[in-house]
Amino acid sequence: MDSSSLLELAGAISSGEVRVIDLTFTLSPDFPVIVLPPELAQAAPVRIQEVSRYDARGPAWYWNNVSFCEHTGTHFDAPIHWYTGKNLANNSVDTMPTRDMVAPACVIDCSAEAAQDADFLLTVPHVEAWEARHGRIPERHWVLLRTDWSKKGWRDYSNLGDDGAHTPGPSPAVMKWLVEERGIIGFGTETIGTDAGQAGHLDPPYPAHHFLHGAGRYGLQCLCNLDQLPATGAIVIATPLKIQNGSGSPLRVIALVSST
Amino acid sequence: MIDPIRPPKRKNPLLRTRLPTSPPKPRSRKSHGFTRAAAEGRFMLQCCESCGTFCYPAREACPSCLSFGLAFVDAPRRGTLLAETTGRVPSDVYFRERTPWRVGLVKMDCGPTVVAHLHAECAEGAPVRMSFQLDKGGQAVAFARPEGETPNMADDKQWREMTADPKFRRVLVTNGRSMIGQEAVTALKVAGAKTVFVGVAEPWRPFAGEKLLRGQDGVEIVPLDVADEKSAADLAADIGGKVDILVNTTEYVRSGGLLDRKGTSIARDEIDQAYLGFINLAQAFGPAMRMRGADGINNSVAWVNILSVYSLASWPAFGAYSASQAACLSLSHCLRAELRPGGVKVVNLFTGPVDTEWFQTVPPPKVAPRAVAQAIVSALRNGLEEMYVGDVAEEIRQRLAANPKALERELDR
Repeated sequence: MDSSSLLELAGAISSGEVRVIDLTFTLSPDFPVIVLPPELAQAAPVRIQEVSRYDARGPAWYWNNVSFCEHTGTHFDAPIHWYTGKNLANNSVDTMPTRDMVAPACVIDCSAEAAQDADFLLTVPHVEAWEARHGRIPERHWVLLRTDWSKKGWRDYSNLGDDGAHTPGPSPAVMKWLVEERGIIGFGTETIGTDAGQAGHLDPPYPAHHFLHGAGRYGLQCLCNLDQLPATGAIVIATPLKIQNGSGSPLRVIALVSST
Repeated sequence: MIDPIRPPKRKNPLLRTRLPTSPPKPRSRKSHGFTRAAAEGRFMLQCCESCGTFCYPAREACPSCLSFGLAFVDAPRRGTLLAETTGRVPSDVYFRERTPWRVGLVKMDCGPTVVAHLHAECAEGAPVRMSFQLDKGGQAVAFARPEGETPNMADDKQWREMTADPKFRRVLVTNGRSMIGQEAVTALKVAGAKTVFVGVAEPWRPFAGEKLLRGQDGVEIVPLDVADEKSAADLAADIGGKVDILVNTTEYVRSGGLLDRKGTSIARDEIDQAYLGFINLAQAFGPAMRMRGADGINNSVAWVNILSVYSLASWPAFGAYSASQAACLSLSHCLRAELRPGGVKVVNLFTGPVDTEWFQTVPPPKVAPRAVAQAIVSALRNGLEEMYVGDVAEEIRQRLAANPKALERELDR
């Protein structure tokens, strides 16, 4: 591609011909985090502590100290996050190839199914049906699971019962298949975690984490605005913070979408 | 019979809020023997170790035999009111605003004569029950009440100045998720609190007892994550001017000390919740509480902390938790000094292991959350500053006073 095509893209973004969709939730202290048994170490929620606000602590400027877990808010999972990816090369956010940070996306709309069943699991036949309409999922594409889960209030969003969270996600078979048969670059969801709320009871447990990271692929979760993306053709830009040996990071995820 | 106090009307926005003032504060170092007694609700006088004479006020030497061995000991509370007088136009600003104010001379059964503030129902020649109370300046003063219970006894104007009775007051219980928090809500409502605000962090997480909490009259669930600076500030923006009593029921208990824990993330959670949470609450609610210390019947009166008794002496099995509690204990003393100009008491309740899941494997005796809640009410009603709840807390206190080194060695098992 020559530089004039790149400039053409920049012009199209500037003119609105290519829209930039924000797929990110605001990083806020009240955003739900993953729930683990309380005796285990916990993901820290976002904390924002004022350093100064045009006051005696700093008269002309406003700034905050912020802290959070690598897996708080809209965030990116690197292969090193899971034991299956722990021995891969360049498996952390600081060493992963930068070219993997920009990739097209296939969006599979399961919002109707998820509305019916909070424990909805995406299966291979679902994806095959999608492919029958939109074509085969190309290699090095993101697969984003649209469930409209991001439109819920926080309590319904985390949807905790006394037997854990009930949120939709992928089945073990479809994860293995997407990774091995379709060569996807990663899998993204609107829920807390790339896996379903009850995925600890699947075989293997947490199949999205298991298969994606074991094959050096990535995860994106707590995404929003997936309903504004076309089934195919959107470009996802996901550049995690360059945290030393980081297993993931909150990030700003944007998608480029042609408006025509 | 004294008239019961009436529920306060809403504030008249045309009137300036009366600012708090303090009664005279200077005391000799010896006199702080009474401060300790008042803080814990004990009645202590100096008693000569040589001749057994009780004396008052605090002295360096026995007035009877000149011995220097004058220790503060628990003394019989009974006395007789010899004479009384009523101050009507005193020069001191605090008392001038509260006239008429009655004081009297009480002849103690154990010997000395004590100048005391008087409950309205104390009559000359009649027996009285004595206590030391902390006044709005935080200093100990002697207080005489009728020997038995009388109707509306706690509504006495002078007694209410010395205490922090929840009756008609509005209370913020900071953590409604904990069993202590939930029991405190009930106990404070029963004690006559007008409104109990209950903080709930992360409202998206369901919790045991939630339905019950939501169903109670006069109980308002409010969003409060004490570890989040903005959450505490936002809540104070809404209700900061209506919090007369703040009960800090923050509870974050994890076992473990230093070597068998890995890293600092759990310690950080402990500090986030207990220590930084305390600071966030103090900065959000403290200034308005300090300012509203003389704001009528429902003035701000008290800040209550529930602390582990292991804030005083580390229990290595819960060593990091002990340290977070020690930090909070230190903060409480700082807060006490800073709230002093408002006349707002800082009450510390010390507990041993509480009967909750986090002390599940600890053998009894453990403190029932309900006992802690009742202790909160009792401390407020009696105007105490320190209270040890349950056998373990009381025992640790005594062992610490007897020999801190012995306690250190014994806890290390």
